[in-house]
Amino acid sequence: MPYTYQEFAYNTPPALRGEPDGPHQVAIIGAGPIGLAMAIDLAQRGVASVLLDDNNVVSVGSRAICWAKRSLEILDRLGVGERMVEKGVTWKLGRLYRGDAEVYNFDLLPEAGHQMPAFINLQQYYVEEYLIERCRQFPDLIDLRFKNKLEDLSQTGDGVRARFETPDGPYELEASYLIACDGANSTVRKSMGLEFAGTLFEERFLITDIVMKADFPSERRFWFEPPFHAGQSALLHKQPDDVYRIDLQLGWDADPEEERKPENVIPRIERMVGDRPFEIDWVSVYTFQCRRLERFVHDRVLFVGDSAHIVSPFGARGGNGGIQDLDNLGWKLAAVLDGSAGPQLLQSYDSERTYGADENILNSSRSTNFMSPKPGAESLFREAVLDLAAKAPFARLMVNSGRLSVPCVLDGSALNSADTSDLPAVSRPGASLPDAPLDGGWLLNRLGPDFTLLILNAEPRRVEGAQTVCVTADETMAERFLGAAEQAFYLVRPDQHVAARWTTFDAGAVAAALRKAKGF
Amino acid sequence: MATLIDTPNIDDRDGFYQDLLAAHGGLDESQSHALNARLVLILANHIGNQQVLGEALDLAKNTGPA
Ligand SMILES: Cc1cc2nc3c(=O)[nH]c(=O)nc-3n(C[C@H](O)[C@H](O)[C@H](O)COP(=O)(O)OP(=O)(O)OC[C@H]3O[C@@H](n4cnc5c(N)ncnc54)[C@H](O)[C@@H]3O)c2cc1C
Repeated sequence: MPYTYQEFAYNTPPALRGEPDGPHQVAIIGAGPIGLAMAIDLAQRGVASVLLDDNNVVSVGSRAICWAKRSLEILDRLGVGERMVEKGVTWKLGRLYRGDAEVYNFDLLPEAGHQMPAFINLQQYYVEEYLIERCRQFPDLIDLRFKNKLEDLSQTGDGVRARFETPDGPYELEASYLIACDGANSTVRKSMGLEFAGTLFEERFLITDIVMKADFPSERRFWFEPPFHAGQSALLHKQPDDVYRIDLQLGWDADPEEERKPENVIPRIERMVGDRPFEIDWVSVYTFQCRRLERFVHDRVLFVGDSAHIVSPFGARGGNGGIQDLDNLGWKLAAVLDGSAGPQLLQSYDSERTYGADENILNSSRSTNFMSPKPGAESLFREAVLDLAAKAPFARLMVNSGRLSVPCVLDGSALNSADTSDLPAVSRPGASLPDAPLDGGWLLNRLGPDFTLLILNAEPRRVEGAQTVCVTADETMAERFLGAAEQAFYLVRPDQHVAARWTTFDAGAVAAALRKAKGF
Repeated sequence: MATLIDTPNIDDRDGFYQDLLAAHGGLDESQSHALNARLVLILANHIGNQQVLGEALDLAKNTGPA
């Protein structure tokens, strides 16, 4: 097998050694990719957390593999982005086939001038491993506890009390805030009795990772009705270590237990990869769902990642959506804890990220519907689109094999100031700041950990509450930030989203926008 | 703002109607459905305007047997 699982040490928690334990500022439940990254984001802001997981190994089976550009930018801010890109398989081309003919291909990042690629493929276990190592660099701020299983919790008015089961028995712990990163089957969600409403798609997919020497290109390849898997769909992705991800549509009537058996899986893969030798690394049969909590903020309990929302995987919007959640929450929670913002700022986490989740659910649902059309009109129009795609360019873009994760633009957020300028739409308030080359490095790396006022082609200014970065715009920057304007001022939030922008400097306007962006 | 044209707009409407039927000539029912589906998509793309398309959908939904 290509990956060796390391078992992380369990240590008897302080309370069970007769030592004091807390009260903690923040308890994070679940050390999946989202919980780990959440702890790092908070630690980089000086906020201590205790991070508890019921398990003591990284993700079993690869699960998430496609990490989008925006996630890589965020994970770069958290100190693991470069390592991920180095190990991962970089790609940006998607190819769509019907039968064995290519219908069209799409380039997910047609322009240059970005540090991070459109996508990398990297097994979830590597991502978690890198994040755990990064957590270890904050021994005073991240208290990572394996084999501490949350059993239930109660809100105390100014905090949360939670009960855990460990190999040494149960104990309780108190924290001012509890962040639920405990995944799709969230114990936190269940013990609070919260509804997880949404849709189940009546479809099954066989998802498997195989180890195989092949010279397949670093592209996402998707087939409708391929010759090797009659009447269904198939997806192929390349991962590091000669691992390939294969998704095969099975239909609703397939028996998951039967389909998982090697004697049934192997012939299906042989039909796809021909006579190349391969080994099965991991296999599972999935039914897809799109669901979310109505609210992500419940007093002192905050839901982040899969505990808050789940989507079908064809847009890679699950993990990538969760990464955008924690990016959004980290600075807000830090500001509320140090008193520089009021608790109402957390409500903007709720409104901004439920908005993001809705976008992900909408896109993932549409893709799933296209991939698994119901008999009747849905199948009729799917056929029509695929038939037309061979001849008519417009129909190619209607072919939906997944609309891949893009950064959420927080249009309409209460934290944005009105945009009165004529500056380019890509960098409008709510958007995450586009990257650009800068002095042999990258613009995003120059932004501060807190608010930044980005000044383009104008004299330096000092503003209270924001670090300033002054740049002379080259052609790329002018295109992304200036348009026809001579100069511009961008107020950028700690999560790198644009809060406000102007073409002339007005200290009062900047101060007002800063207050607004902090939820006042 | 564009709105759906529901007043006569094709000069040779009888000629178009004849062409439409001719396109379906010799097709069985499922082939006819498929042809219509392709035609709807082609015409919708040509129209392009979401507002007009919405009005067209509404008109189609609100006519025919209840
Ligand atoms: C087949 C498949 C393919 C996917 N592909 C992609 C992709 O390409 N790109 C993408 O972005 N996303 C993808 N996803 C989605 C992605 O895997 C999830 O969105 C991501 O894992 C969510 O991270 P999380 O940390 O919120 O939850 P999880 O990864 O589920 O982590 C939750 C953690 O909480 C722990 N936990 C659970 N209950 C308790 C408890 N009671 N007490 C303590 N700890 C607990 C668990 O042990 C686990 O470590 C895919 C998912 C699947 C299944």
